[in-house]
Amino acid sequence: MKVKRYTISVFSENHVGLLQRVTGIFTRRHINIESITISASEIPGVHRFTMVVNLTEERVKKVVLQIEKQVEVLKAFSHTDEETVYQEIALYKVPTKAINKGIRLEQIVRDHQARILAIEGDFMIIEKTGHQKDTQLLLEQLKDYGVLEFCRSGRVAISKPMKRLSDYLTEMGAMPELVDN
Amino acid sequence: MKLKTPKRKKTGAKKNGKLTRISGAEAIVQSLMAEGVDLMFGYPGGAIMPVYDKLYDCQDCLKHVLARHEQGAIHAAQGYARASGRVGVVIATSGPGATNLITGLADAQIDSTPLVCITGQVSSHLLGSDAFQETDVLGISMPVTKWNYQVSRAEEIPGILAKAFYLARSGRPGPVLIDITKDAQFAELDFHYEKVNDVRSYFPKPEVSSEHVLEAARLINNAEKPLFLFGQGVILGNAEDEFKAVIERSGAPAAWTIMGLSALPTEHPQNVGMLGMHGNYGPNLLTNECDVLIAVGMRFDDRVTGRLDAYAKQAKVIHFEIDPAEVDKNVKADIAVVGDCKESLHQLLPLIKNKDHSKWLSRFSDCDAIESKKVIQGDLHPKKKGLTMGEVIRRINELEKNDPIIVTDVGQHQMVACRYASFNKSKSNITSGGLGTMGFALPAALGAKLGAPERPVYAIIGDGGFQMTLQELGTIWQTEAAVKIIVLNNNFLGMVRQWQQLFFDKRYSSTQLFNPDFIKITEGFGIPALKVENRKDLDAGMKKLVNSKGSFFLEVVVEAEHNVFPMIPTGAAVSEILLEREETTEKTKSSKK
Repeated sequence: MKVKRYTISVFSENHVGLLQRVTGIFTRRHINIESITISASEIPGVHRFTMVVNLTEERVKKVVLQIEKQVEVLKAFSHTDEETVYQEIALYKVPTKAINKGIRLEQIVRDHQARILAIEGDFMIIEKTGHQKDTQLLLEQLKDYGVLEFCRSGRVAISKPMKRLSDYLTEMGAMPELVDN
Repeated sequence: MKLKTPKRKKTGAKKNGKLTRISGAEAIVQSLMAEGVDLMFGYPGGAIMPVYDKLYDCQDCLKHVLARHEQGAIHAAQGYARASGRVGVVIATSGPGATNLITGLADAQIDSTPLVCITGQVSSHLLGSDAFQETDVLGISMPVTKWNYQVSRAEEIPGILAKAFYLARSGRPGPVLIDITKDAQFAELDFHYEKVNDVRSYFPKPEVSSEHVLEAARLINNAEKPLFLFGQGVILGNAEDEFKAVIERSGAPAAWTIMGLSALPTEHPQNVGMLGMHGNYGPNLLTNECDVLIAVGMRFDDRVTGRLDAYAKQAKVIHFEIDPAEVDKNVKADIAVVGDCKESLHQLLPLIKNKDHSKWLSRFSDCDAIESKKVIQGDLHPKKKGLTMGEVIRRINELEKNDPIIVTDVGQHQMVACRYASFNKSKSNITSGGLGTMGFALPAALGAKLGAPERPVYAIIGDGGFQMTLQELGTIWQTEAAVKIIVLNNNFLGMVRQWQQLFFDKRYSSTQLFNPDFIKITEGFGIPALKVENRKDLDAGMKKLVNSKGSFFLEVVVEAEHNVFPMIPTGAAVSEILLEREETTEKTKSSKK
């Protein structure tokens, strides 16, 4: 079976140690997590983990069931790239003097629809959101100007299927009452 | 131990209708009593001392069994839980006390045994400072617990313990660990206890789909050669009667995993024996011949399935299972009936047609005849000089008339005991199945005896495993628990030696044991002991053991290089099960190619 990139979304209680419980499921199976992002969800008190992994469909299904089995996990899903809208953010620190090298840098920033977040005496910070290949391309192009620091976030992703988490939770009788107000 | 009927204290520490303030430590004790706990196992130490201090006040209602090692305490709690069907409770201190529980937690996790373990922890202001006896118990125990939690505020104690008991016993049971900081044990709270029956992110009993039950019934009814496999799920779900009714109506054979052993009486005409690596010939061979395989409360462990891509490929598979993560994990199910098997089997029963499968059943008896000739007769009624493990088990079957609980350790004796022990009653076979923990049996037998005091309890142990936890003889002595201990001594780590003989050219690397005088050791612990070396003395020794009122130790010196057969070598299919050694050598040679 073919290995594909999957986004696993985990909706859970926000308790100490749950991250370790979830990542332990991957560690135990020798699966590398490509990226992980944790944030609040639209439902108060429910947190979401967004994890990217490269796996076969069969394995990703099994892993999702193991995650869902954890007491404090409400629901877990896996989606292919085609089934999600996703984004990452990258920050680049380059020397301010790079601007003096002519208009080329400005052009690169424009071409990539990146933006300059800050300019200090000796460095500036460029921000670019996009898919990994986009942020990577900008990194390659900035290399000529000397990239002092580079940092890319994990993926944030929202799945395309329209069934909402709150619908699942209502079905499971696990919807917090708060939301009804 | 003389267990008095617990004097139940009121659950809320109320005075004139008002909540009174009590310490966290007392709240722990009160919470345990509110859960109906009257017996627990443990070992004291610095970080749990406030709790032990409170236990001192209620020795009549909440009995504490002082083990000799925390591993002994937790295995005892496992034996207690498995024999009684109740939640086993363990307390231990921080650091080494807590880390010594890990093997038992892993064992309970893989064998779905309900436990609540309470560990003391250093005071919360010291957390993370590498304080004396501090370890990250939460982190260490996370992969081997169903749930764990650290309490650092006294007010959390009743709520968290209520949740712990609920999670341990509900759904697919398992061990829960609650780590409680010392300051939370000292701090005061307004105590109020309410049982938990619902956790919003937790779905212990998936709803049984009547549609899937119907499909399952249709497949079973139309099957020519149906075969039921049952595991511990039948016992944990209290579904022994439902299961028996279903197989009786269907007329189909039923085979067991070692965790499912005793859920169906051994002598039941449709009980065709043990599955897996050292299981019976018929059920293994015919797994690859049946047309519908119906698995109930079992998880297709690799020791049961052998080579997966050659496992029951010809059959439609129906899987009755409470844990959705087990469905399709190892064997793909054509129909999965997810949910509590007591409920699903209850729904299934009226849909099953009365059928006669005597022709199909006779295939199993034919296999039995072959196995009997090649293996069983030699094990149970040996003609050769050396004593066999099998004849010892046979003598228990013949002499013990009161439905014993048989607790086994891990290795050759375990396989022999499971293969040959005869059971009438459920919850009679207690063994470390999934984890294969040597040293399990002695403490687990103590726990089993305390959990089912009215039943005779036999611990059957090898000479290797016995030396892993023999300090618990002290606990047996102190509690006066009437555990009947048999050590089957072959002066070898027998199962490893068997593999070395069969697969590693008889290179017996580190498997020969130079054993101490077990009789002196056991007598040193105040337990009467006897050693049997010859067949002529076996009967008298066995009778002494069976008839003993208190605990008794019997060492039987058995043949050193006896092998357990049949055997499915690792990587072979269930239908490639071997009955004797010659076949093994051939098989391994060809598989090495």
